[in-house]
Amino acid sequence: MIEIGLGHYLTLGAIIFSIGVVGIFLNRKNIIVILMSIELILLSVNINLVSFSIFINDLTGQIFALFILTVAAAEAAIGLAIIVAYYRNSSSIDVEKIDSLKG
Amino acid sequence: MEIALLFLPLLASIISGFFGKLIGDRNSEIITSFFVSISAILSLIIFYNVVVNHYSNNIILTSWINSGTLNVNWSIKIDTLSSVMLVVVTLISSLVHIYSIGYMSHDPHKPRFMAYLSLFTFSMIALVTSDNFLQLFFGWEGVGLCSYFLIGFWFKKETANAAAIKAFLVNRVGDFAFALGIFLIFYLFGTLNYSEVFQQVPKIIQDKIYLFGLHVSSIDLICILLFIGAMGKSAQIFLHTWLPDAMEGPTPVSALIHAATMVTAGVFLVVRCSPIFEYSPLTLNIITIIGMTTAFFAATVALVQTDIKKIIAYSTCSQLGYMFIAIGVGAYNVAMFHLFTHAFFKALLFLGSGSVIHSFKNEQDINKMGGVWKKIPYTWILMIVGTLALTGFPFLSGFYSKDAIIEFAYLRGNTVGYYATGVGIFTALLTSIYSWRLIFKAFHGTYNNSKIKIDEAHESPIVMLLPLFVLSVGAIFAGFLFKDLFMTHGNENNFWGDSIKFLNPLSSDHPPLWILLTTPILAILSIPISYYLFIKNKEVLIGFVNLNKSLYKFLVHKWYFDEIYDVLFVKSSKKVGLFFWKIVDVKFIDRFGPDGISGLIKNLSLKATKFQSGFIYQYAFMMLLGFSALLTFLILY
Repeated sequence: MIEIGLGHYLTLGAIIFSIGVVGIFLNRKNIIVILMSIELILLSVNINLVSFSIFINDLTGQIFALFILTVAAAEAAIGLAIIVAYYRNSSSIDVEKIDSLKG
Repeated sequence: MEIALLFLPLLASIISGFFGKLIGDRNSEIITSFFVSISAILSLIIFYNVVVNHYSNNIILTSWINSGTLNVNWSIKIDTLSSVMLVVVTLISSLVHIYSIGYMSHDPHKPRFMAYLSLFTFSMIALVTSDNFLQLFFGWEGVGLCSYFLIGFWFKKETANAAAIKAFLVNRVGDFAFALGIFLIFYLFGTLNYSEVFQQVPKIIQDKIYLFGLHVSSIDLICILLFIGAMGKSAQIFLHTWLPDAMEGPTPVSALIHAATMVTAGVFLVVRCSPIFEYSPLTLNIITIIGMTTAFFAATVALVQTDIKKIIAYSTCSQLGYMFIAIGVGAYNVAMFHLFTHAFFKALLFLGSGSVIHSFKNEQDINKMGGVWKKIPYTWILMIVGTLALTGFPFLSGFYSKDAIIEFAYLRGNTVGYYATGVGIFTALLTSIYSWRLIFKAFHGTYNNSKIKIDEAHESPIVMLLPLFVLSVGAIFAGFLFKDLFMTHGNENNFWGDSIKFLNPLSSDHPPLWILLTTPILAILSIPISYYLFIKNKEVLIGFVNLNKSLYKFLVHKWYFDEIYDVLFVKSSKKVGLFFWKIVDVKFIDRFGPDGISGLIKNLSLKATKFQSGFIYQYAFMMLLGFSALLTFLILY
């Protein structure tokens, strides 16, 4: 039986974080996927915080994770609202077509 | 009084030039004419003072340059020489100002024209009244500049612009030598003020200067350089090509600048520097040779020209040659005398021809005139007076001054002098033939103009005829009245005072009678000859031309000077210029310099804009990349 230690938690966090990051820039289609990827990144951060909190016996990390969940919820709401508003204006949320920042 | 004399024309020029639109055409004409006329009256008063009271003065206005040993002042030096020049300059200038009111009546840029004329007058006064070489140079360049402005006054005419540039460039050759002469004077004497320089001249007679591997007498070098400067301004042969082209300017300009005043600046310069030139017999001989070559050359060319103004321009060139003959044989006072009388009759001829051109509505070709003497009687009579004076008809002004030059050339008693006498007499004959040719072709014979009906040829207005009349009085009496004053020298009449130096007193012998009689007889005889050739029996001349086609062509092309200069200087310098433009500038300097750098930056920035794709995921990727690079860096180091 393998002892599940800090390293495993951190590895899991790193994997989820990497999936999130890759999800942001490999995704060519849907902007909602980007939002989901951001959520993944935030979750991986939470995993990190919580596992460290348990490992060094300090509750601050877990409280911090709660805060992050709150912020993530707010961010998801705002992000979705922006997407809806954007869709109304340009009738598309295709990532390839959103390039009005181009210089 | 002298200060007012100098600055009134400048003031008039400023008023008319800067505020011409504000005060209107008529007012600027009146103001400039009035101010310059006051100057003329003042200079007559000064001249009277000089003649009667031997008045002389050197007013120092202000210090100009004061650096080490170089002390130069703005000054007004009044002595005999400058007072004579002042009379000529301001008198002719005021008459030309008045004449221009009539002549330029159809021109839209009257205030500008009047401003240039007045500015010219100011520069010329500054030139003649200076007491040092630097102010002389200032005036010298000032008149050159105004000449440029006025030749190119009709700036829409391409030929006028070209002529203006040509005049400026050809003068630059002379001015360069003149400037070198001034440098040399400062190098040798350590000062530029006339009085100090002239005092020290005897000390450096033996001086040699090392130049291009030769030991040259420094005084000869100074004199030759100054004389080259004078050649440029006074349109002597080799540097004369600008003068005929300068006739593109309005006729009053030709009368004022290219006949009476500016072109005589060279004569004035040499006379002013007589204390230097007297010590350089070599240069004096060169001056005589150049003078007689110019006199002869210009007279032959004038024989075949058909443009009324160009004939008179070549005539001016020829008469300037006479003045230089006089200088070359040491008779500076006679040169000044001829300058004085020439100013009157040549300005008269120019203004008269302007009146003719005005009558024919800007026709300048004498082959397209003729038979109008009854229609424009005043102009006709005044032109005849001018012609008689120019040709040296007995007892008119040209008779006294020109014959005096021939006599003194003879009395010089050396080979060059005898040559000059011969050339002078022959040129006098040519002079009267071309002058009468002009009169007969322009006023007599059949009417040859197809564009304008003969009834439309009209006499000029009184404002143009009045200056002509004043000038004709000068042309008739100036010689007779002033001959004793100008010509005699020595103890009994000290008119010239210190302003001209004679190392050896001029010979006071009387030349043989035949010399005295030849020129007037030729002048009188040429009238019927010209009448026969140009009115009665034109076939003789046509036959002669057909027999000597090449000679005729040679003269029509003005001895091919323009063509030779075109090949030698214009084309070659154009080639050099093209090389530097097309190869050196475009292919090297521009390519690697401004164009290269700007092209590089443009390319780089085009590449840099590619980063700005506008895709958020790319930005995010970049951000992440940067962030992890930063982290790596922080962790590793």
